[in-house]
Amino acid sequence: MSHGSNDHHHHGPDHHHHDHPELGWWRKYVFSTDHKVIGVWYAVTALVFLLLGFSLVMTMRWQLAYPGQPLPVIGALFSENVMPGGVMLPEFYNSLGAMHGTIMVFLGIVPLIVGGFGNYVMPLQIGAPDMAFPKINMASYWVYFVGGIVMLASFFAPGGAANSGWTSYTPLSVTATAGQTWWLIGMVFLITSSLLGSLNFIVTIIQLRANGLSFFRLPFFVWSQFVTAFLLLLAFPPLEAAAVLQLMDRVAGSSFFMPTGLVVSGVVQSYTGGGSPLLWQHLFWFLAHPEVYVLILPGMGMVAEVITSNTRKPLWGYRVMVYSLVFLGFMSFIVWAHHMFITGMGTRISAFFATTTMIISIPSVVILTALVITLYRSSIRYTVPMLFALAFLPMFAIGGLTGLPLGLPAADIQLHDTYYVIGHFHYVVAPGTIFAAFAGIYHWYPKVTGRSMNAALGKIHFWLSFIFINAVFTPMFFQGMAGVSRRLYDQTLYQHGVEVQGWTIMSSWGAWMLGLSQVPFILNFFLSMRAGRKVADNPWESTTLEWAAPSPPPHGNFATVPVVYRGPYEYSVPGTKRDFFPQHLTKAEA
Amino acid sequence: MDAAHADVSKHVKAYLAVFAALAILTIVTVLVAQIDFPGAGNVIVALLIAAFKASLVAAIFMHLKWERAPWIWISLVFCVVFFAVLMALPVLTTNDVPPRVEHTSWGR
Amino acid sequence: MSVAVLPHTVKPHPITGVYSGKLGTWLFLASEVMLFGALFSSYVLLRVGAPHEGPAAWPTHDQTHLSWKIGGLNTIVLIVSSVTMVMAWANLKMNKFAKGKMYLAATLGLAMTFIIVKLAFEYIPKFTHEPPYLPSTNNFFALYFTMTGLHGLHVLGGVIVIAYFLGPGSKLWHRDPEYFTNRIECTGLYWHFVDLVWIFLFPVLYLL
Repeated sequence: MSHGSNDHHHHGPDHHHHDHPELGWWRKYVFSTDHKVIGVWYAVTALVFLLLGFSLVMTMRWQLAYPGQPLPVIGALFSENVMPGGVMLPEFYNSLGAMHGTIMVFLGIVPLIVGGFGNYVMPLQIGAPDMAFPKINMASYWVYFVGGIVMLASFFAPGGAANSGWTSYTPLSVTATAGQTWWLIGMVFLITSSLLGSLNFIVTIIQLRANGLSFFRLPFFVWSQFVTAFLLLLAFPPLEAAAVLQLMDRVAGSSFFMPTGLVVSGVVQSYTGGGSPLLWQHLFWFLAHPEVYVLILPGMGMVAEVITSNTRKPLWGYRVMVYSLVFLGFMSFIVWAHHMFITGMGTRISAFFATTTMIISIPSVVILTALVITLYRSSIRYTVPMLFALAFLPMFAIGGLTGLPLGLPAADIQLHDTYYVIGHFHYVVAPGTIFAAFAGIYHWYPKVTGRSMNAALGKIHFWLSFIFINAVFTPMFFQGMAGVSRRLYDQTLYQHGVEVQGWTIMSSWGAWMLGLSQVPFILNFFLSMRAGRKVADNPWESTTLEWAAPSPPPHGNFATVPVVYRGPYEYSVPGTKRDFFPQHLTKAEA
Repeated sequence: MDAAHADVSKHVKAYLAVFAALAILTIVTVLVAQIDFPGAGNVIVALLIAAFKASLVAAIFMHLKWERAPWIWISLVFCVVFFAVLMALPVLTTNDVPPRVEHTSWGR
Repeated sequence: MSVAVLPHTVKPHPITGVYSGKLGTWLFLASEVMLFGALFSSYVLLRVGAPHEGPAAWPTHDQTHLSWKIGGLNTIVLIVSSVTMVMAWANLKMNKFAKGKMYLAATLGLAMTFIIVKLAFEYIPKFTHEPPYLPSTNNFFALYFTMTGLHGLHVLGGVIVIAYFLGPGSKLWHRDPEYFTNRIECTGLYWHFVDLVWIFLFPVLYLL
């Protein structure tokens, strides 16, 4: 983030900086329109939210493992309203659960992999000086920030934060405590931020590619951000509309989602009625299904970059991977009701959604297989980012495969809303996307800071995380198949829950150890900024354009605008002096 | 800018023609609404007229008739497809609900 | 990052054929189609699923208390404003700044007329009626207020943008007339979209 000192070295004759006076501290670092500064803000904010969201679930896991027991030491930090005597109240458990999901998905992962990595790396990889709309880029961060504050503030609303699940199903959410209103308002801000960002990404990729950088010479990471941006652009608005409708139900007394004659705790509700709880589910999942592809695609992009750099081989099946990405993006819009198989839909429409769901697994498998084949007969460099990228492959495979029974109505009737589902999606997002994000952090940290992270600490971080993350989520498949439901405050209230309580305790200890395992990472992240080994522009000897810029890149990124002469993964090309042929070098410079 | 002048002044005629068409079609929409078509006929007629008006606005006022940029068209095509999905599928799911079972032979 | 360094903001990109602001505007409009689409989809689902009797039943034409005359008037107002908007851009393209400003001002006036008619002759009479017609009355009114309300907010947004370009924003014409004209073109695209949404809202809410 310390690009200020580099500014003075790059005022070449091709830079029109006469209308660009030296900016004050606030304009340079806080209200900056530079995509790199914004990217760092997004990433750091998102990492803080990820840590917070994880802390929420580490707290929940005490109640799950030792129901009704006071939480030692930390329990005293919570007020008597939510944890009297250190024992978690069910309402608080529900809030923690709903906010864990919300924070991780909307405040953590997407802002990190799209707002953070996308903003920082993508313009560099296409040879652009910045995003197409730098002021809108800045606005998108600050709107996200405000949305985040609103979400956090909701914990202090009377009755606590939202407690109807991250899915906010009606009519429960409409009759819920005040925190839900804050949740809805927060979502409106977050969705707006996302829309501003996504159109910026699309226009930037279409308009600002360097000369010679045709679409099929783009790094796979850029393609993944491109498709992701379309998903965000077209899928988020219905949820924004739905949030407004739910706000109207809560605040203006409308009945969009309120059925006629609803009785809550023995009290007949005074809504006019005629509404449809299923309408909320349709509008919610119309977004939330493409959202899960938003959660994974940039991660696949990052893994592709790390694997090519660390295998010294081109991506196997690049074109097919790109077609798969686009096909996946398209299909993601027509599978959403596989989240609604048990709502009483008929067999024909269920069969339609089951079919599209089965079909959508194909491009995912294609991409994963291509990444695995890329490893074949390669020279693997077992760097820290590569360890995370390699782990991503089987972890994402488990996540994807365990999704298949959920896409088939007959099996889903048994598994829906059980811990099996939680195991499935966490495998995709946690040892999936988050590992891909760690790979990305270790891989691009040298570009952002000019220093490398410590490899020994990185390897400790990797192995501990890998072991404990599996300890957390593998048992959930068994619990789900035993019938343990999601969102239960106390699984031992049920006999079938008692019988698998051992798995619960294992998951909880896994989660706490996983939390501790992040300490080497956090230390490494901050200490390396000051004491990390200084590196040159291209420490990984990669071919893509971001490595042609200085580390860190100055405002404007490239001293001279790069010209691209070849594809993104020209590694080990016969006849070249070195085992990589960067995109921007001429044949003479090889 | 002279080529631009000539183009744009030709377009002005188109703008005024579309305005007239839109005004007339608005009146037609109101008049047609008074007629009682069988079944969903009223809905279909009203939406067809509205769609035609919308396409005039899009083609002439929004210049799509002369728009060559492929990415605008690609984005619009995807948008229209997903809009159609959003309009059609939710109501199709509610229409495909199995008949209510009033009496089961097991349990009570 | 100043505009002077970012390429393709004024002249179209030689390969993609469009300048960045226009592409961005079309993408924004695509997202708006999905936003209003969700509301139209909700309308369909709620109307099809409404009970046949009781307070939640779908109201008949009389019970909606909507005047097709006022709705029709507002429809014409918006259509005329679309014409004035595109004429504003056309005149700026022909370098006629004064005429362009005049048409922009006309568009602004018509837009404000739309809002005033809506508030004075539709919203306020409904709120002040005995008994009042509110979103809580039934789902038809809930949808009516939400859909026309959201649309009205978009009209207001257009008012603010056009007022900006008539006021402080007009300085850009003297600095870079082609860039200014492009911005008006993008504003126009947004404005025509707002008209387009109303073209569907009017028959759906007032006539069907």
